[in-house]
Amino acid sequence: MNSKVSNQIAIATLYVIASTIVVILAALLGYIIISGLPALSWHFLTSPAKAFTAGGGIGIQLFNSFYLLILTMIISFPIALGAGIYLNEYAKQNWLTSLVRTAIEILSSLPSVVVGLFGFLVFVVQFGFGFSILSGAFALTFFNLPLLTRSIEEALAAVPDEQREGGLALGLSKWETVLHIIVPAALPTILTGVILSAGRIFGEAAALIFTAGQSAPALNFTDWNPFNISSPLNPMRPAETLAVHIWKINSEGIMPDAKAISSGASAVLVISVLGFNLLARFVGHRLFKRLTAG
Amino acid sequence: MLINPSSPRLDDGWLERNIVDPSLKSQQPIVLETQQLHVYYGDNEAIHEGDLKFPEHQISALIGPSGSGKSTYLRSLNRMNDGIARVSGEILYRGVDVNRPEIDVYEMRRRIGMVFQRPNPFSKSIYDNITFALKRRGVTDKKELDEVVETSLKQAAIWDEVKDKLTKSALALSGGQQQRLCIARAIAVKPDILLLDEPASALDPVSTSKLEETLLKLKEDYTIIIVTHNMQQAARISDYTAFFNMGRALEYDETSQIFTSPKVQLTNDYVAGDFG
Ligand SMILES: Nc1ncnc2c1ncn2[C@@H]1O[C@H](COP(=O)(O)OP(=O)(O)O)[C@@H](O)[C@H]1O
Ligand SMILES: [Mg+2]
Repeated sequence: MNSKVSNQIAIATLYVIASTIVVILAALLGYIIISGLPALSWHFLTSPAKAFTAGGGIGIQLFNSFYLLILTMIISFPIALGAGIYLNEYAKQNWLTSLVRTAIEILSSLPSVVVGLFGFLVFVVQFGFGFSILSGAFALTFFNLPLLTRSIEEALAAVPDEQREGGLALGLSKWETVLHIIVPAALPTILTGVILSAGRIFGEAAALIFTAGQSAPALNFTDWNPFNISSPLNPMRPAETLAVHIWKINSEGIMPDAKAISSGASAVLVISVLGFNLLARFVGHRLFKRLTAG
Repeated sequence: MLINPSSPRLDDGWLERNIVDPSLKSQQPIVLETQQLHVYYGDNEAIHEGDLKFPEHQISALIGPSGSGKSTYLRSLNRMNDGIARVSGEILYRGVDVNRPEIDVYEMRRRIGMVFQRPNPFSKSIYDNITFALKRRGVTDKKELDEVVETSLKQAAIWDEVKDKLTKSALALSGGQQQRLCIARAIAVKPDILLLDEPASALDPVSTSKLEETLLKLKEDYTIIIVTHNMQQAARISDYTAFFNMGRALEYDETSQIFTSPKVQLTNDYVAGDFG
């Protein structure tokens, strides 16, 4: 067999593999979305779930998912940014740095169930936060931190060293240079990373089952005082998210329309995650253009 | 190294080194000088000796083959090599050693500005590129900032090209414009000396000649030290030229001397294009 033929066979094989993956992915997404579409309605998206009767919605779960996402980001973004800046701009190549890097790597490969159980033991039991949004947010922070730190570190590393020298040569300190030149230059990439990780957080269930809990008590959407128990903003209330809700309906749902609700909720989840991915591309692209083009 | 048949042989009176003192030749005071300068990267000594004096409001060019230590020497002058290289010897800026511990390195770098080989505008607007360092230093008066923007862009000969798009991103400019913007950015903080490391090497001939014109005008206000691998460029714009070879400044003299009657054979070979 000559090299031309073997080359063509190799290309054909790769094409087949690639298109198989695309087809499987498209079929999966298509199936989830199409089977969920009939259940979708404004009522479904906004009303609370019902345990025993048909006609429940996912309003509270949807709100919980977003609230938890925002809280997680508020906690984990500053930490990840600080860690990313330290690792890329300040850390010398020594044992401490490689220890930190190894820790991040191990943390990022932990199964999310393990992160959830860890969160249960530490935040729910030890710190006494109970099944709450706060416990969930801390667990998700552990889940999110490694990858977010890594992506911020990579975004900073992609900024050319000439930019750093440019700042120093003007008589600015290293910190001023990092904060006002390097971080803004890396911002489009950093934001893309943040939004992509938001998608991961949004779809996460295993880390939340034992931390944010599996119940969604009724909320009073007119009460925005975070200290009231029925306020949506209260961080100490248990909060079942959309992903956890899907898991729960499928394992123990007894409402008559369980199947339709699960399909609908799955479609919403998938569409949201897709939305985060598209948003990441769009925002990154737009920001990059804003910063580079006239 | 090739043998240059037309060049005289070693026993024809070549010197091994020829470093003149410009203060003997020109009226200008010396703003920057190095004495017994050695620079090391780890154990590797990149500059063995650099004893040069740079007169005020003159352009001094550093030439020499690649790897001869020109950038290393230049970057030592405003301590851009801090943390990368170790320096011994003295670098005297108006009589004060810049490596003394009590020196405020940020203030020193403001006075000894630097422009790099590849244009490096920040991903900010043209206006913000110029005003950024000033704002960090506490200048907030809008009128004052506007004025600095206009004068430094004019001095860098790029005002006419950008005056209508000051709020646009600096990254949208052409390479030559970006480099002149970087010069404007450097002079906006009112330095005393400008160091330029092959500032035209990434530019096309038209941008290069614009840059050279700009430098010739800037020398009225600033002392300029420029590294260049382009000997015509050194000949066109500089008043003094230092020839570097293997970490040593072998010859330093008025540019016309270097290019017409160098006293060191290697210099002669280099400017004749025989190696490098
Ligand atoms: N950051 C660095 N680390 C180690 N060695 C370096 C570094 N920069 C330059 N050198 C070495 O120092 C010598 C002089 O280099 P350089 O000053 O860049 O020369 P030039 O600018 O004349 O081309 C070379 O041998 C180069 O390999
Ligand atoms: Mg160089």
